[in-house]
Amino acid sequence: MEGKGPVRPIVIPGEAVGGPRLKPGPGTYSEGGRIFASQLGILSERDGLVSVIPLAGRYIPQRGDAIVGEIVDIGPSHWLVDINSPYPAPLHATEVPWHVEFGDTARFLNVGDAILGHVSSVDEIKRVSVTMNSPESRRLRGGQLLEVSPAKVPRVIGKEGSMISLVTDLTHCRIYVGQNGRIWLDGTDGDTVIAARAIRLIEERAQAFGLTESVREFLESAYRHADGRPSA
Amino acid sequence: MVDIEHIPKELKLIDEKGVRLDGRRHDELRPIRIEAGVLRRADGSAYVEWGGNKVLAAVYGPREAHPRHLQDPARALVQCRYNMAPFSVSDRKRPGPDRRSVEISKVISEAFASVVFAEQFPRTSVDIFIEVLQADAGTRCAGLTAASVALADAGVPMRDLVTSCASGKIGGVVCLDLNKDEDNFGEADCPMAIVPRTGELVLLQMDGHLTYDEFQKAMELSIAATQRIYEMQRDALRRRYSLSIDEIMKESPAAPPRETELPEMSTQIVGEPELDFDALDEDREGGA
Repeated sequence: MEGKGPVRPIVIPGEAVGGPRLKPGPGTYSEGGRIFASQLGILSERDGLVSVIPLAGRYIPQRGDAIVGEIVDIGPSHWLVDINSPYPAPLHATEVPWHVEFGDTARFLNVGDAILGHVSSVDEIKRVSVTMNSPESRRLRGGQLLEVSPAKVPRVIGKEGSMISLVTDLTHCRIYVGQNGRIWLDGTDGDTVIAARAIRLIEERAQAFGLTESVREFLESAYRHADGRPSA
Repeated sequence: MVDIEHIPKELKLIDEKGVRLDGRRHDELRPIRIEAGVLRRADGSAYVEWGGNKVLAAVYGPREAHPRHLQDPARALVQCRYNMAPFSVSDRKRPGPDRRSVEISKVISEAFASVVFAEQFPRTSVDIFIEVLQADAGTRCAGLTAASVALADAGVPMRDLVTSCASGKIGGVVCLDLNKDEDNFGEADCPMAIVPRTGELVLLQMDGHLTYDEFQKAMELSIAATQRIYEMQRDALRRRYSLSIDEIMKESPAAPPRETELPEMSTQIVGEPELDFDALDEDREGGA
């Protein structure tokens, strides 16, 4: 298999990662003029900013994040959305693309429904609110949900979406990736199985070099094996 | 100063040559093995074997703190539960929290609260679970060491790993890392936890008596040992994420299982013994 070879070096909390002329970025902290890693992750240095790209960790919502959420509770004028983070996220009835009468919320979204939405605000004590007032927001019907570690979402998406468009192109699935680590897939049974496996592969090998190429190879070989069979 | 009552007369914990019952010198550790990421469901986990101790640590969070009134709008709570399995000691231990384990949980959670960047996660809690599967003196140190690796494995931001080691006095000699017999029949045991990078002390307890000089000696021994343990912790974390591609590939399937041909299956009438339910189940699991 191609893409063999080195794995990116890993830093451990407390490890010195930078000198005096650099600035501490996410995943680091400075103490006494020196910079140390605060999280387990991969070191990156760009424009004098040192940061650690975490390998694990929970999803902490940020304004503008696209999220795939699940409705867990209904109130008369809002829904409570599980966005896979430590914080509960309400979706207010005015934040959806439909006109909702007071007390009529259950007609539009019910407990267990999946939605694609955005984080509209996060304040200093991490009170989160979710909105569906954007063109790509929708209730997700059918398909299936996949959860990956939120730290690995950037790898699943790839540079400018290269990885995820590779998977969508080769499997012909519709895929939405939320920043919160939830992924919604829809397509024929065979295609979604292959797409789900490709995503698992990306998650497991997130720190490897040449990941896009090995995912392409994986997908191509998967379809070669499935050749001659009707894709369900 | 030797408390003769508790020591069988013939038992010498340390001989004239400075060799202890298990053959170690005064400044030697028991063999330690650390594995990171051993549990699947927890956000982070670690397993430590430290001499006869076997300790499992799991970390969840940051997650929503329950009950709600415990939430702190300014920072995350760091909560810890230290628990010993009923089979961890020679007599069955009555399960459940007792005075001792509540105390240990408290001091451990406070040790971690001083290194975790709690203010980054207001209103949440970071939960640490330490399960002692087999005890052989020094379980809180082993538990702390494991929990610290588990915290890093969970991706919780923190200033440094916490490393812990005990030292004590046996037969009048200050020794590192007492084992069960030494702990039971020795004169003092003094567990401590430090932040290796800065040398800060985040846990310090003592059972028995040490003079000031002996205490200084004990602390020196422990601090020197924590540097060694710190390297093992870091190594465990690196190993967890530095698997070569081949090792990772071994676990992930190379290609999906062959698709069962659904149209053909449905023409077989119910009751046909050839229906391959296993293959159906496999497919469903693959897609989940």
